[in-house]
Amino acid sequence: MKLIIAIIKPFRLDEVKTALLGMGVQGMTVTEVRGFGRQRGHTEVYRGAEYKIDFVPKLRLEIVVDEPDAERVAQELMEHARTGQIGDGKLWIVPIDAVYRIRTGEAGTDAI
Amino acid sequence: MPEIDTGDTAWVLISSALVLFMTPGLALFYGGMVRSKNVLAMLMQNFFAMGIVTVFWVLFGYSLAFGDLGNAGWIGNFDFVGLKDLTNGVTGTIPTLAFVAFQLTFAVITPALITGAIADRMRWVAWVGFIAAWSVLVYLPVAHWVFAGGWLADRGALDFAGGTVVHVNAGAAALALVILLGKRKGWPRDPMPPHSLPLTLLGTGILWFGWFGFNAGSALSANGVAAQAFLNTFVAAAAGMIGWLVVERMKSGHATTLGAASGAVAGLVAITPCAGFVGGMAPVIIGLITGAVCFLAIQLKFKFGYDDSLDVVAVHLVGGLLGSLMVGLFADDAVNELATDGLFLGGGADLLVEQIIAVAAVFIFSFVVSYVIGLVLKALLPKGIRVTDGEEDTGLDLTQHSETGYSLERV
Repeated sequence: MKLIIAIIKPFRLDEVKTALLGMGVQGMTVTEVRGFGRQRGHTEVYRGAEYKIDFVPKLRLEIVVDEPDAERVAQELMEHARTGQIGDGKLWIVPIDAVYRIRTGEAGTDAI
Repeated sequence: MPEIDTGDTAWVLISSALVLFMTPGLALFYGGMVRSKNVLAMLMQNFFAMGIVTVFWVLFGYSLAFGDLGNAGWIGNFDFVGLKDLTNGVTGTIPTLAFVAFQLTFAVITPALITGAIADRMRWVAWVGFIAAWSVLVYLPVAHWVFAGGWLADRGALDFAGGTVVHVNAGAAALALVILLGKRKGWPRDPMPPHSLPLTLLGTGILWFGWFGFNAGSALSANGVAAQAFLNTFVAAAAGMIGWLVVERMKSGHATTLGAASGAVAGLVAITPCAGFVGGMAPVIIGLITGAVCFLAIQLKFKFGYDDSLDVVAVHLVGGLLGSLMVGLFADDAVNELATDGLFLGGGADLLVEQIIAVAAVFIFSFVVSYVIGLVLKALLPKGIRVTDGEEDTGLDLTQHSETGYSLERV
C-alpha cells in the first residue's frame, strides 16, 4: 500500500476530487497548509507599504491506495491539479507498513 | 429663564448616542488592522475609554472642562463636581444634562483615537494609567480652551466639532507615545498585515454613521447649520475616499479597501473643524486634498523611523491639522453667524493666523504633557509601559487579558 501526498492549489480541489472519485478512489483527507517552493510568495500592499508574503495558502491531499493503483492515481491527480502556471505544487508517494479501519479492525487493502 | 426647545433637545440626545457608537466603530476599524493575536487588546483599549472617561466626566471632568464658561482662561472650575446643581439647568436651548452627555461622548473617543498608534506593544496597566492621566491633564484643559470659551476661543479660533480638541490633540499624544514606546519587534522589516479588513470596513461604516452626530450635533440645535454640517460631513468623507484612492492607485498600483476606508476617515477628520462654518463646494475640496495628503503622510513614519502602527499621525494629526487650517481659508459667515470669513471669502488672513496659533498650541501642549505622562508611568510602573519581547511574540490578547479572539479552529 502507498500513501500519496499532494500539495495543490486550493481552487483545483473540486476538479481533483471529482476525477479521483470517478476512477474509484474511496476517500481522501485534505488539510489547509501554507508553504512555498520555487514560486515563492506574493506581495501585499497596505497603505502604500509593500509586504512580501512568503507562505502562500495551499491544500495538502492525503490518499491511501493499493500499490498497483498508486502510479495511475498520481498521474490522474496531477493532470487535474495542473494549470501550467508556476505554483502548481508537488506530489510524492511513500510506502505504508499497515492500514486498519478503526470501526471494524479490518486490515490491509480491505481497510482502504 | 431660557426656554428648552424640544426639537433641539431630541437632536442632541440622538447625536450623543451616535457619537458614542463611534467608539466601538473605531475599535473595529483598528481591531481589523492588527494581527489576530492582538485584536482583543485593541478592542479593549477602546471599550475601556467608555468606562473610565464616563465616570471621570460626571465626577469632575465636566466641571473642569465647562465650569466658568467663557472665562478666556486655561481650565474650568469645581462648581459642577458630581454634576452638582445641573439637574434643571438649561444650556442654550437644551437641558444642560443633554449637553453634558453630548460632550462626554467626545471626551470618550478622543483618547481612544490614540490606541491605533500604540497597537501591539503597550502593557494594559500602562494604558489604564495613561488614559486616566491624559483625560484629565490634557483633554479637559484643551476642551476648555476651545469649546468652553477658553483662551483660544476668546482669541477667535474656530473649531466646529473638534479638529484641534479631538484630532490634533489625540494625534500629538499618539506621536509622543510611539516615540517613547519604541518600534514593534521586527518593524518595518517583518510584515504585519491586517488580520480582517472586513472588520475595518464595518468600523469605517459605523464611524461615518456616527460622525453625523459628531458634526451636525455640534450645532446643538436642529437647524440649518446642523443640516449644513450634516451634508458637509457626508461629502467630505466621500471626497476623502476618492482623493486617497486616486493617489494610492497612481503610487502603488492598486485601489485598496483599506485605502477607501482610510480616505473616508481622513475626509471626516478634516471636515470636523469646518463642518458648520463652510458651505458650497468647500467640503469637496477639503476632502480631496486631505485624502491625498494623508496617504502621502503615511511615508513620514518610514522616513523618520517612528512606528505609528495604524497611522494615527498620518490620518488624525495631519488630517486634523489640514482641516483646522482650512477653516481659515473656507469659513463663511453666510453659513453660520458665529463664523468670520476666511481668506478665500475676503476675510483676510486674521482667522488663518488664529487657526495656526490654535493648532500649534494644542499640538505642543498635548505632545509635551503626553510625553511627560508616559515618562512618569515608565518610572512608576514596576514593569514599565511596554510588554516583554516574549509577551509581544505571544500577543497581547493572551498575555494581557487571558483571552483569544478567535478559537474556532482549535483542537
